[in-house]
Amino acid sequence: MPPSAHAGRVGQMLLALAVCMAMGKALLPPGLIRPPDWLILPFADWINAAFFFLQNDLGLMAVTRAFSDVVDWLLSVTANLLYGKSRWPNLGPIPWIVVAATAFMAGYALKGWRLAALAGGTFVWIALMGQWKWAMETLSVILVAAPFSVALGLGTGVLAWRSPWFDRVLNPVLNIAQSLPHFAYMIPVVVFIGVGPKAGAIVTIIFSVPPMIRMTLLGLKMVPEEVIEAGKMSGATRWQLLTRVRIPTARSQILIGVNQVIMQCLAMVVLASFIGMPGLGQKLLQLLQSLKIGLSVEIGVTIVLLAVTLDRLSKAWALRLPEHAEPSPHWLGRNRLLVIWLALCVLGVVLAHFVPYFLEVERKQALSVAGPIDALMDRFIRLIAPVTAWLRWFLITWVLIPTRDAYLWMPFSAVLLLLAAVGWAIGGVRSAAVCVAYFGLIALSGWWDRAMITVYTVTVSVLIAALIGLPLGIWAARRPVRAERVLLICDTAQTFPSFIYLIPVIMLFGVSDVAVVAAVVVFAAVPIVRYTIEGLCSVPPELIEAADMSGATRRQTLWHVRLPMALPTMLVGANQSVMFSLFMVIIAAFIGTQDLGQEMQRALSTTDVGKGVVLGLAVAFMGLMTDHLITRWSEARKRALGL
Amino acid sequence: MAHPAQRRVGLPVWNKGHRVRETVISCRNVSKIFGPDPVRHLAELKVNPQAPLNGHVHAVREVDLDIERGEMLVVMGLSGSGKSTLVRCLSRLVEITGGHVTVEGQDIATLSDAGLIDLRRRKMGMVFQGFGLLPHRTVLDNVAFPLEMRGQDRKTRYARARDMLTLVGLTGREGYFPRELSGGQQQRVGIARSLAVEPDIWFLDEPFSALDPLIRREMQDEFLRLKGLLNKTVIFITHDFDEALRLADRIAIMKDGRIVQCDTPDRIVLHPATDYVARFTAEIDRARVVRAGSLVRPLDEPPEGAAWAATRTIRDLARDLVADSRKVIPVADAAGAVIGGLNRQEALDVLLGVAG
Repeated sequence: MPPSAHAGRVGQMLLALAVCMAMGKALLPPGLIRPPDWLILPFADWINAAFFFLQNDLGLMAVTRAFSDVVDWLLSVTANLLYGKSRWPNLGPIPWIVVAATAFMAGYALKGWRLAALAGGTFVWIALMGQWKWAMETLSVILVAAPFSVALGLGTGVLAWRSPWFDRVLNPVLNIAQSLPHFAYMIPVVVFIGVGPKAGAIVTIIFSVPPMIRMTLLGLKMVPEEVIEAGKMSGATRWQLLTRVRIPTARSQILIGVNQVIMQCLAMVVLASFIGMPGLGQKLLQLLQSLKIGLSVEIGVTIVLLAVTLDRLSKAWALRLPEHAEPSPHWLGRNRLLVIWLALCVLGVVLAHFVPYFLEVERKQALSVAGPIDALMDRFIRLIAPVTAWLRWFLITWVLIPTRDAYLWMPFSAVLLLLAAVGWAIGGVRSAAVCVAYFGLIALSGWWDRAMITVYTVTVSVLIAALIGLPLGIWAARRPVRAERVLLICDTAQTFPSFIYLIPVIMLFGVSDVAVVAAVVVFAAVPIVRYTIEGLCSVPPELIEAADMSGATRRQTLWHVRLPMALPTMLVGANQSVMFSLFMVIIAAFIGTQDLGQEMQRALSTTDVGKGVVLGLAVAFMGLMTDHLITRWSEARKRALGL
Repeated sequence: MAHPAQRRVGLPVWNKGHRVRETVISCRNVSKIFGPDPVRHLAELKVNPQAPLNGHVHAVREVDLDIERGEMLVVMGLSGSGKSTLVRCLSRLVEITGGHVTVEGQDIATLSDAGLIDLRRRKMGMVFQGFGLLPHRTVLDNVAFPLEMRGQDRKTRYARARDMLTLVGLTGREGYFPRELSGGQQQRVGIARSLAVEPDIWFLDEPFSALDPLIRREMQDEFLRLKGLLNKTVIFITHDFDEALRLADRIAIMKDGRIVQCDTPDRIVLHPATDYVARFTAEIDRARVVRAGSLVRPLDEPPEGAAWAATRTIRDLARDLVADSRKVIPVADAAGAVIGGLNRQEALDVLLGVAG
């Protein structure tokens, strides 16, 4: 097509110009190599001034304090119930056996024996491993934060659905919010609330609202027109239409939103240990910092089990289809499960009353196998030490340092031109402008070198992830059963809080750049594998049959039919992969990196809101630019393929 | 610029003669335009009928229509002809761009939100092509939904809903959820729901189009049974001409948002107003549609022999027609009075499909 050919030519010209500028770096004025000082705008100071104004002059402090007091009170209630903190209502702690029985019954009611075993087993494991208190500290925050997020998200979603104007304003805000790294949320909260469980809960609430808004909006927009018309013809008022027709019909989407909220909460609660949130995350952080591998593996398993359980339970709830029950004359018959649950609870309480073991498992009674794990790991690590050492040497000397130096060597003007070239080739002048605007802002913020280190880590990691993920995805997609299994593994891996991925890499590579890259690679490979499989498996069978009947070999079918058709879906995976690695790079900062993440950690420890927000936005802009480019490309491919 | 076929045509005497005519819904010059600025586009069209569309879609154009109490009107047309939109204009599910719709003398455009809700709660029921059932509610709760909206207490509304389910033959399925039922059963639930408030006006928007042919036939019979029991004003949409012929008192044929002809089935078959209508009717077996009454001519001489009932179709009369030897056969209305004569040759032409 002429227009895209034209765009391609402009892109090539810009690319050539960028290459020329890079080659002739020696001839360039210094102002084109790094942004000159007079060009760097004091964004951080402006943001700090705005925050100061909000906090003190506008009296927002009082509002946030009031809100945090409510949260604090609720936290003390759940803390009392779950691990017996001496606060109102002074009933707790609930014996672990009762919690485990409740989880078991919930799993059974929602999906059956397997989920029941998973949910019940998770809590039994936690109790027996002697991690009950930490896990309950984590859970008590989720129990408070998740309902808040759901309510806030639902309300905002309904408002955005009601008012298209609000929707238009909200959309870009949500885009930025969903690409801001976790730490960027923490700094303002620390300023307003301080550190501790209360701040952890509030940052968790804020962090997990956006997906709920998105899913509410999506659900409300997806309600079939005829169902709404049926409601109107039944004489429903606007309120009745919303509460009895639209929201119940959007139930599945809204509950998927709840599922996402819970998972986001868990991810954030674990990370909130950086701002003094007690619980599993804090324990893990301490253990990792002191390199106690055995214990951190145990905690890691607990977090993973908890994540999988919460995910499966809430997803089962969301996807459960209504089913009629045979009418039973007895109240007992209709509420069989409820009665069994109550009986189990009573039994548990009685049991715990007489046998303290069922109330709480003491640390010394715990079945911890940290010692043997440590020994085993030690032998394993020593066994593969030559391999990891070589890998570390190879990556650092031949891949990481040269790439990093190349990124840092590039004049910033040449990088901007390069991005403009890519943007122009993909989406014409608009995309070029978007790319230059995002990265131009990063240049103006004065964090160019740090940002380039982040970019280099992400590009190297995503490339390695693709090298691993693409063949793995293609291999898995060859057989449906295998594809299903690998997809299940990917799904499960995606529910893990990102923090978890740091345990094995620190184990293998110690505290180094290679560990960071390895963590990001594993985290970023998951979506690539997943969407490669999904893309390849969703190619229409007629097309493959047509290729077979044309006498194509399997390789030819793969290259000429399946991969081109799967490309748009695979691009979605690439997009997610970049997003995930940006998040991961920032989290991995505490292993010791020199990028934006490290600066953000510093901003967190000095509670410098302006700096933290600027750094967070810089990361968000990288993500948004990639998202823009990949989405454009994927859409263009889809249009070309007539999908 | 009223098209001749758009003018109201009186109903044949043998069909409605005994009823007092009373208009329930009347449309005057109704137009519906979708797009960025429909009102301005309509004003432009008045000045210049060739005005550029600018992204507007003219779904309904200057429709005049009167629907009488107890009548069964079928709105017929291909997809995109505006029939669904027209029916949604009648219940104000879509706001009309120009013209007036009056229901029982009340211009519905002037109704407040509360007035509109009240009208729908008391007077109207609607059945949808895709059923429009609430997926999270049981069959019983779906049928009781309009009553719940009216604020009736649980006991009364469940009793009424159970009656409705018995009426449509779904007893025993009260506790089921819509997804557990077949398409035909789901539409029975839709019908029961639309009848729960005892509406006077019953809208059916392609109710059987999503069903298999066999089930569709069964549901049409069921529908005719219900209609016979309930005596409501029915506005029925379909794109299936056979269905229209089978069910209708009158058929309104739509094309490009206009009603090109609105008349009784046999008149549409015998005297199509335009080529478009003629093409629709070309494949139809006229003998099944045309009734003795519509071929009646005034008698020149006194009637000879036994008179035939005006409501019988030519197909019903086939044996008699062939066996009879009279040239002109007297035809009598429901009351037994002779209303004219049937030319046997003409009737035989219809029976044999010879173009007359």
